[in-house]
Amino acid sequence: MTEQFDYSLVDWSRAQFALTAMYHWLFVPLTLGLGFIVAFMETIYLKTKNPEWKRITKFWMTLFGINFAIGVATGIILEFEFGTNWSNYSWFVGDIFGAPLAIEGIMAFFLESTFIAVMFFGWNKVSPKFHLVSTWLVAFGANLSALWILVANGWMQFPAGMHFNPETARNEMLNFWEVLFSPVAINKFLHTITSGYVLASVFVVGVSAWFLIKKRNEQFAVKSMIVAGVFGLLSSLFLAFSGDTSARLVAQKQPMKFAAFEGLYNGSHGAPLMAFGVIPGEKDSTSQNYLSDIKIKIEIPNVLSYMAYLDPNAFVPGINDLVDGNKEQGIMSATEKMDRGKLARKALREFKDAKKNGDTILYNQLKAKFAEPAFQENYFKYFGYGFLNDPKDLIPNVPISFYSFHIMVLFGFYFIIMFALVLRFIYKGSLFRKRKFLYLLLFSIPLAYIASQSGWVVAEVGRQPWVIQDYLPTVAAVSQIDASAVQITFWLFFAVFTALLIAEIKIMTKQIKIGPTEGGN
Amino acid sequence: MFLFIKKIFYFYYEGFKGMTVGKKLWLIILIKLFIMFVILKIFFFPNFLKTKFNNDKDRSNYVIEQLTR
Repeated sequence: MTEQFDYSLVDWSRAQFALTAMYHWLFVPLTLGLGFIVAFMETIYLKTKNPEWKRITKFWMTLFGINFAIGVATGIILEFEFGTNWSNYSWFVGDIFGAPLAIEGIMAFFLESTFIAVMFFGWNKVSPKFHLVSTWLVAFGANLSALWILVANGWMQFPAGMHFNPETARNEMLNFWEVLFSPVAINKFLHTITSGYVLASVFVVGVSAWFLIKKRNEQFAVKSMIVAGVFGLLSSLFLAFSGDTSARLVAQKQPMKFAAFEGLYNGSHGAPLMAFGVIPGEKDSTSQNYLSDIKIKIEIPNVLSYMAYLDPNAFVPGINDLVDGNKEQGIMSATEKMDRGKLARKALREFKDAKKNGDTILYNQLKAKFAEPAFQENYFKYFGYGFLNDPKDLIPNVPISFYSFHIMVLFGFYFIIMFALVLRFIYKGSLFRKRKFLYLLLFSIPLAYIASQSGWVVAEVGRQPWVIQDYLPTVAAVSQIDASAVQITFWLFFAVFTALLIAEIKIMTKQIKIGPTEGGN
Repeated sequence: MFLFIKKIFYFYYEGFKGMTVGKKLWLIILIKLFIMFVILKIFFFPNFLKTKFNNDKDRSNYVIEQLTR
């Protein structure tokens, strides 16, 4: 529906949000992971009292500071966009979104902003233990900030713990804990922050490899690699585990997204996992199905069914099942959902008119109707479908979802092998001789960023057409503003963020070339 | 209390004074915050519903109108 880039307001608003979020996410994962890596290094320094570890800690802390300083507050722009470009959405979710974001602001301000000063200015001014505690608190603070925004995002993927108030057209939070501890939110948080740990570990290993290639500061580089290698290996193993849980949750809560990123057009029992596939360029116009199945592919039988439902013979619905419905499997058709959604919208329209016309009887009847669990379950649950005109509107961009998912998974497994090899070669003392492997480590840094960005692409493109799953499609969430205004700010952001990225790379590269010194604030 | 505030002040003062790469970073942070909060927020990102309507009732009515049209 909105996947083609044209000059429409919705597409430009989406493009702008995607641009800002992706640039923001270039800075965040390194902060999330490097904070902990630095904290581990400083802990070793405090335990061993070896000044080499202080030098190591200070070097990586400086890189952490550069990334933090350049990335800080880039996420606030997303909040500006909520208010300007996505006002319907902001109003619709206001109470749910407001609480986690407010907590995020407080957490970020008090933990990160207070203790980061101690972390950088406090060497030799506060006790070593207090300094170490501050370093750990900065790392935890950054991760706690991520928790709240990811809880908000998790709610958009799987709305829970709220009730829609037809008087105000807003969702109101009924149960804060249900929002916070929603399985989707918790998994999203764990999977996302762990991906940051992996990215930061790849970064540390890659930069250390550069020192070894240049035959500079070799002890420093190997020590750094050991910390990052262990942290990266453990994190990437957990990432695979949380990714598996995430896939299961997506299969249950967002089956269309699951079918899209697996490229599964026609569902089946004992569905195979597609290890490799090429999406056909053109839709099959002769088929009765909306889209034809993938022709070129390598599949592993039954694995997808097991991955989704822990049963190798379970039925996994495909895109066509979700659009056409599948009575045998109890899957409602998109047309039926759209009809129910239209009835829910009609009820809201009648409620609005009754209120406006002072028709108290009808107003009270409809108000009671919105409070009925049966109406909520059978009609309002499909409210968002009422905005759609064509069942095919429910299909996200399959090639983008499919390829980004497979890139993410491929690199995820590559990093497990990479960290395992780094630790093995260090243990065997052969790392210095493996020049090609060192270059591979260095060039793996951008791969970590590609994998990380791909993860967000899967999550956000895959859930289209929804901004809030089943309740609000993207087309209904935008503000009625001039599309040209969004275009102007899109290019403005592009310029500002690109300048920041160039600054980050330049300052970071310069600092890496200087290498570890005693100073470095 | 005064001594405590003085200590904190000098902690930051000496910290900023002794910075090397940090000075450049602070300059970037300040320019960035200026662009974001002074230029972008004021001129390009007014809150749509807050600037268009004076109270929550009107905002609600507008959004309901949008959701049901």
